[in-house]
Amino acid sequence: MKNLKTLLAGTVAALALAIGPAHAERGTDGDLKILFWQAVSTMNPFLSAGTKEMLASSIVIEPLARTDEKGELVPWLATEIPTVENGGVAKDLLSMTWKLKPDVKWSDGTAFTAEDVIFTWKYCTAPDGGCAQRAQYEGVKNVEAVDPHTVKITFEEPKPYPYSAFVGGQSPIIQAAQFKDCLGTKAPGCTAANFGPIGTGAFMVTDFKPNDVVTFKANPNYRDAAKPAFASITLKGGGDAASAARAVLETGEYDYAWNAQVEPEVLETMMASGKGRLEISFGTQVERINLNWTNPDPALGPKRSTAEAGPHPALKDPAVRRALSLAIDRDIIVEAGYGKSGKPTCNIVPAPEAVASTKNDSWCLKADVEGANKLLDDAGWVKGGDGIRAKDGVKLNFLYSTSTNSVRQATQELVKSMWAEIGVGAELRNASASVFFGGDPASPDTFQKFYADVLMYTNNFDGTDPEKYLAEWLCDKMPGPSNGWQGQNIPRYCNPEFDKLVGTLSKTAELEKRAELAKQLNDMLTEEGAHIPLVHRGDQSSFAVTLEGIKMNSWDSQVWNIADWHRKK
Amino acid sequence: MFTYTLRRLFFAIPTLLVISFVIFALLDLAPNDPTGDLPLTIPPEVREQIRASLGLDQPFLIRYMKWLQQFFINEPINIFESLTGWQFGDGERMRVLSWATRSPVVDLIVQRLPQTLWVVGLAYLFGILIAIPIGVISAYKQYSIFDQIGTFVSMVGYSVPTFFTGVLLIVIFSSYLQWFPSVYDTNLRVTDFASFMAQMKQMVLPVAVLALYNASQITRFVRASMLDNLHQDYVRTARAKGVKEKAVLLVHVLRNSLIPVVTVIALGVPTIFSGAIITEQIFRVNGLGQLLITAVQGADMPLVQTLTFIFAVLIVLFNLIADVLYGILDPRIRYD
Repeated sequence: MKNLKTLLAGTVAALALAIGPAHAERGTDGDLKILFWQAVSTMNPFLSAGTKEMLASSIVIEPLARTDEKGELVPWLATEIPTVENGGVAKDLLSMTWKLKPDVKWSDGTAFTAEDVIFTWKYCTAPDGGCAQRAQYEGVKNVEAVDPHTVKITFEEPKPYPYSAFVGGQSPIIQAAQFKDCLGTKAPGCTAANFGPIGTGAFMVTDFKPNDVVTFKANPNYRDAAKPAFASITLKGGGDAASAARAVLETGEYDYAWNAQVEPEVLETMMASGKGRLEISFGTQVERINLNWTNPDPALGPKRSTAEAGPHPALKDPAVRRALSLAIDRDIIVEAGYGKSGKPTCNIVPAPEAVASTKNDSWCLKADVEGANKLLDDAGWVKGGDGIRAKDGVKLNFLYSTSTNSVRQATQELVKSMWAEIGVGAELRNASASVFFGGDPASPDTFQKFYADVLMYTNNFDGTDPEKYLAEWLCDKMPGPSNGWQGQNIPRYCNPEFDKLVGTLSKTAELEKRAELAKQLNDMLTEEGAHIPLVHRGDQSSFAVTLEGIKMNSWDSQVWNIADWHRKK
Repeated sequence: MFTYTLRRLFFAIPTLLVISFVIFALLDLAPNDPTGDLPLTIPPEVREQIRASLGLDQPFLIRYMKWLQQFFINEPINIFESLTGWQFGDGERMRVLSWATRSPVVDLIVQRLPQTLWVVGLAYLFGILIAIPIGVISAYKQYSIFDQIGTFVSMVGYSVPTFFTGVLLIVIFSSYLQWFPSVYDTNLRVTDFASFMAQMKQMVLPVAVLALYNASQITRFVRASMLDNLHQDYVRTARAKGVKEKAVLLVHVLRNSLIPVVTVIALGVPTIFSGAIITEQIFRVNGLGQLLITAVQGADMPLVQTLTFIFAVLIVLFNLIADVLYGILDPRIRYD
């Protein structure tokens, strides 16, 4: 907690610097034109957990605290971050108290109070509401008002890391007065409220066309009289990532295009016209190849890729798992598919810095084809006439599946050629993202089913604390018929020692110790070969050169500080 | 003719019911999931709750019956209410709700219709206006240079996909020359001459792409139909009687040639409503085509179901219109 405090102090200082010379007043910089290549469907992030909805709504509605671009918590609608040291978090870790800023007003002029915070919790936890952000309130027993500007949250059991409810773009506060008749099953019926939530943010919605365009104007009741610099925002949606980047970087029609997921060389040519720039920030996304620890043989019928199928005939050998990782040259993959928005990594928890391990970098970051070949030779895997290694009738020929996406298919090809050098064959396959990630238990192509030997995709965790994320590799989280294929332990990794260590993490409150445990868990997964981490992926967006004040943030909404954005004078 | 029309309309009802069932079943069998697009950080139990709140936990037949009730009973009553201002019951009835936006599907369609009709409809109209004269001249001067060029252009227009011509036009006219915008502004209201010009400007590129494609198809029909008629006996008779060449061509031959063309045009009208999925996506016109494709990608079943069903209704309807028109235009055709 000590760490947190010093970090907070630093942030406050940084903020003070950022404000710098007072530039102009509210609404002097005209219209800010934003382009999202995936259009916004609703302005209520509780009804849709999509990133685009979270981003758009974060322009209007705000949480009590945010995570800044450095991954540090900053108070937003609260006066300070509650900690054990300042008495905000109870010593027994069973409750925490937030003090709200006293003079915050909703955009309709009414006061923002503790009742709104309590209502937000009730709204998202109402039965049958299908609130998409339900997980943010996990373990919350009660939320109550101590006085109109103090909120107390009590937890069902001690919560070592309590910053999830009301923290970050996923968990903003909505106005009780506007949503009071929209609880539970009535939520979808409140179309006007869902499309135009009243907020405390720098802007308010003036018009919403679902899946098309949203317009905003500066909130006249915003708490800082000098902000925002822009008078209005037009947020257009639709199209594809490349043409969205082109509209900012090449034609200059837009000021900001979210998520420039485009091949690096294409972006280079667009940038040549000098109208825009790219900003990159790194969060916790890691592109990885999961190795199947169970047997996916189709002959096993419904048992395939479950614990009952037994271990994978080839991948059960630790030498094979290690060799597959050694053979991969991560630098080439980054250069070809990600450019500046990717870094080679051997961690599944790549950030924040405090929990990012460097233990395995020495052997794993650089490709070592010779070492991999030797490892397989020593383990008794012998090359056959077709160049593919085999042992006891088991061939090192893997079915390699991923979602449909041009960068992923290019990566598949690269990895296939790298594995060919150590005598490992790969059959490439891809499935449409909506099917692959769709989780339909009837489909054989979902990533949960894992009807393949190796599987590639990206995952990450919200916020800066990896505890919940690391718990995904617990033995009982394996997807299978018994849980409707809903587990998150995709590699079907199972290690009682790992389970025990996760248990320790969930009971540890000290930040340094938590970081140490998280590193240990992360190292265990890489060393044992539950998966092969490939690329630490950053978020990349394009901005017009005339736009200033942006602080790209992967920990919270990318537009978290939109009140500070302004036009270069 | 009238009884024929009535009979056809009557038979359309079971046809459409079967179509709606087939669409619903196909969508249900498709391995798609409305929570598939959500970040992986959303845990499985929450995904299960979201699915339940969308009604996905109910059996297939019940969901189908509910959709039938919402679409055929509740929505028409709603439209009737908003038209007349009368109210039946408490006005609280379940409408067809989109899963992605959680708003009524019919409202979304009404919102999208103007863009689509303007851009795609205008492109269809221009396509026809360009195609007919080219087709006529091509046929009259068969194998001339004009005919060769016309054939070449229509082959190119027909075979080069719109996702290529669209991006090509953007690169030339938006990026390089900077004459026209590459993004369509659906919020633009035409109030004065300046905004009218802005509207025209932003329509130029998408309309040009689609008009080329439409014209290429129709020109071939016009040309073929004209050639058929030019070699008929009545043309020789007209010429022998000393009728002027202009009258022979434009009065006798063209009128007869247009009969099959009119039916082809009528059959193509439903495609205006279904939008031009690719072109709308490229220029961000965000009409019905874009609505459909985002719904398909996001597994928004009620929206896909309702949209495809409306397209099915239009296709059945315009098939009937084409048949009836054919009967009216050509006295030799009688259905009764």
